[in-house]
Amino acid sequence: MLKIKGWSLIRFYTILVYIWMFAPIAVVIILSFNPQQFGTFPMEGFSFKWYGDLFHNRTIIMAFKNSMILGSLTAILTTAIGIPAAMAFIRYEFPGKNTLNTLLLAPIMIPEVVLGVSLLLFLRWLQQPKSFLLLLIGHCVLTLPYVLLVVQARLVSIKRSYEEASLTLGAGPFQTFKEVTLPLLTPAIMAGMLFSFSISFDDVTATLFWATAQSQTVPVKIFAMLRNNISPEINALGAVMIVLTISIPLLAGYLARRFSRRLE
Amino acid sequence: MDNAKNNQIVQLRNVVKRFDSVVAVEKMDLDIEEGSLVTLLGPSGCGKTTILRMIAGLEDCTEGDIYIKGKRVNDVPVHKRNLGMIFQDYALFPHKTIYDNVAFGLKYRNVSKAEIRKRVTRALETVRLPGVEHRKPAQLSGGQQQRIALARAIVIEPDVLLMDEPLSALDENLREEMRQEVDNLQSELGITTIFVTHDQREALSMSDTIIVMKDGLKQQEGGPEEVYDAPVNHFVADFLGHCNFYRCRITGREKGLTTVEVEGGQTLYSEHDEGWEVGEELELLVRAQKIVIESRTEEIPGVSLNIFPGKVKSRMYMGGEAWYFVEMEDGTVIHAINISRVAPFHEGDEVTLHIPPRHCRLIPKD
Repeated sequence: MLKIKGWSLIRFYTILVYIWMFAPIAVVIILSFNPQQFGTFPMEGFSFKWYGDLFHNRTIIMAFKNSMILGSLTAILTTAIGIPAAMAFIRYEFPGKNTLNTLLLAPIMIPEVVLGVSLLLFLRWLQQPKSFLLLLIGHCVLTLPYVLLVVQARLVSIKRSYEEASLTLGAGPFQTFKEVTLPLLTPAIMAGMLFSFSISFDDVTATLFWATAQSQTVPVKIFAMLRNNISPEINALGAVMIVLTISIPLLAGYLARRFSRRLE
Repeated sequence: MDNAKNNQIVQLRNVVKRFDSVVAVEKMDLDIEEGSLVTLLGPSGCGKTTILRMIAGLEDCTEGDIYIKGKRVNDVPVHKRNLGMIFQDYALFPHKTIYDNVAFGLKYRNVSKAEIRKRVTRALETVRLPGVEHRKPAQLSGGQQQRIALARAIVIEPDVLLMDEPLSALDENLREEMRQEVDNLQSELGITTIFVTHDQREALSMSDTIIVMKDGLKQQEGGPEEVYDAPVNHFVADFLGHCNFYRCRITGREKGLTTVEVEGGQTLYSEHDEGWEVGEELELLVRAQKIVIESRTEEIPGVSLNIFPGKVKSRMYMGGEAWYFVEMEDGTVIHAINISRVAPFHEGDEVTLHIPPRHCRLIPKD
């Protein structure tokens, strides 16, 4: 009897934790359908008003476009840099390897505020204006460590003998990479890109320092909107972002599974 | 090359391999005849795999030269050496079908699509696994994967087949079966094969030539009978089977046999004679299987030399054979292995041991 009591206690506790985690998100989504300016419960009616406003707000659409482009470019660039870097760290020996690896992973440890300010100061020193390019470089610095970690971890688990077998069969180093290493790395590359995209899409702290009026991202835009007034449009925007950030990984996972099933 | 013979397909000259300060292979000379199966045998860390990997080109040699078909290949990269390699873990590409795995090497060899199809089918028939083309490696058993690895290596018609402990990942029964299969296939195709193993039974049963290695040095090179029956030193004898070793001293020659006195004072006769001086200190070696063990009452017909009384100290029954540890009068213990007989001996039995002079080998003191 005591055992069952203990279990139901744990179940109750677990449910509480979930409520605590997801209730605010649920509130945002529910309130985004509330036609009133100030949300109160019970809701009086149901409407897509704020979504309509959202789609007619040019600056938000701009920010959204910026975020998408920035996130995609960041994901592509960091994987393009991350794959060869991971190959070098895992498959080859060279002097200063450990130091370099630590340096590349450092952005994870350094506070984002410091990172944001320092990149800005560096740009000042170069006497260059803030631009979209700065934002892109900054986001690559922020997300590269994650891509590196994911790809390196996968690379360690790919046995060297696969590549060696390919070489002995007559495939050159490049063909071996293309035919053997890269396909085996694909899940890690996908995961890395996803990480990279969502970190870039989500980042506020560092982006606040780097964004210009033309190159605002969605989170920075939300931040700016909150400073002026609390518009229910933000609820709608929040709901859209939640749906996006949850559905993209789910979709990617689904596609990956379908793709691998077709291969078998 | 000055000393090139036409039928030597792989040659190593003074090959040395050092990893930082650790010497993995020391001054290795090797000649491998076309069509033969040569085994590199030794405990782990003896440098056998390193030699194989140097021949494959997966490892550079620190010093010395490697020749394949008379051509120096030190600077030829792996993918241009035309060798087939079988790995311990098979290394089949997990993301490719069996067909694509076997066809892999042919893609880089200017072979037409139709010809590739024909050769892959034939290779799969050769390893007795036709019809698995569309499966993935993970859907096959360990033994089947090993056969596919074999098919993938032979389909490119390599100059040399290199096998790195290919059977060690299989369980006992399957290993026996695969060993025979590899052996048959090798003699059928007549493909020069270098086989690395730490298993003496594999080496003895398959090889034309065995090269026994220890600490990066070649200990002995010869046919299976030669290295088993006439080991050149303690290590080779000990590594290949169960041996008794005794310190001994040459005392003279009698009836065309060498006489030695072993530590306990007993005199033994040996057919082995390499012109040693009287008084020379050597080691006497007798294989456990060569010792004849009889009950005390029975006469051993036609034998008058090297007969000793003893008492069975302990016995291990191994099914097909029985191991006896027999204590001699001077206290030394002799290990004897006999094919199981109807009435085996028991602990405490008084027995007579006969050590045939033919099987008394004398080797340098260890």
